[in-house]
Amino acid sequence: MDSRVPPDLRDGIRDTLPLLLGIVPFALVAGVAGIEAGLTPLQTVGLSVVVFAGASQLAAIDLLGRDAALGVVVLTVVVVNLRMLMYSASIAPYFRELSARVRAGCAYVLTDQAYALSLARYAGDRDRETTTRRPYYYLGVALTLWIVWQAGTVVGVVFGAAVPDSWRLGFAVPLVFLALLVPAVSDVPSLGAAVVAGVVAVLGAGLPFNAGLIVGAVVGVATGIALDESRLGSAGGGSGGGDVTDSDPAEGH
Amino acid sequence: MATSYGPLSIWAVIVAGGLATFAIRLSFIHLFGRVDEVPPWLERALVYVPAAVLAALVAPDFAPASATVEAALTPELLGGAAAVAAAWRTEDVLWTVAAGMVGLHVARFLL
Repeated sequence: MDSRVPPDLRDGIRDTLPLLLGIVPFALVAGVAGIEAGLTPLQTVGLSVVVFAGASQLAAIDLLGRDAALGVVVLTVVVVNLRMLMYSASIAPYFRELSARVRAGCAYVLTDQAYALSLARYAGDRDRETTTRRPYYYLGVALTLWIVWQAGTVVGVVFGAAVPDSWRLGFAVPLVFLALLVPAVSDVPSLGAAVVAGVVAVLGAGLPFNAGLIVGAVVGVATGIALDESRLGSAGGGSGGGDVTDSDPAEGH
Repeated sequence: MATSYGPLSIWAVIVAGGLATFAIRLSFIHLFGRVDEVPPWLERALVYVPAAVLAALVAPDFAPASATVEAALTPELLGGAAAVAAAWRTEDVLWTVAAGMVGLHVARFLL
């Protein structure tokens, strides 16, 4: 590679390469599923470019395919991506010195993986890095993911249009959700959140506007919090509630 | 399975979802200095969002059409079970999707 390429950028690209094993099939699914749900190739690729967040794209495709109310589709995208609030808050100090425009660009390409890799690196060598060099590593990761994601979606769109329906490639969408769900269920409160949310969503499947999904998610989150409360209570309350989130910076894939 | 929405509705969803997602990503990166922490109550709730939302999304795709045992044994459910087993073992999207698709088609052949 050109020696004028900043070393941090190169490191970011290099560290991203192993992740592509998981990203490429995910992007292919996003492309195939869009076509199967009746979106045009341009809409499917547009979704990848404009939203650029895998799980929420698949949720939108899934719900559009079921003719869910448009407001519910947008709300679901928002809820699926809400975790990025935590990433935004956590990585913000490292972008403080950048111009507003560069910060906006960095925000656009913020993903689970870019956050997790960059924060690990930034937290690892606090002294060496100057703030002006900081975005290079981040951009190495984030832009590599962006390019591969868009290319993968395009290939999926082409592939999806050519494959017979009997292959049932659209079934990959709920499978991807399962792949993300299983690691997200890591303890009793998150298991309770998932079970209650799933049951409520099924019971509410007949509700108008796919409200069962939203109600299920809200009741599920409430269940998780309640179970967490009662666990802290029975543990004597000594551990406090302030560090609940430290263990899972990279939920989703 | 295919949507009956027209192009205008779909583009509206894409743009609205994209703008909202960008706003979430930009929120603290933009505001840093004025707001520097996610409120603790929100942070606690966010911990359970992935498990709850993903379960609510996926459950209707696998729910049986009726309550009898025969009706519950669908290729989709068996494919889903294979996928959960693979997800548990590998925590890998590729293996999970592969196991689920193989499970679906084997079950369609056998049932």
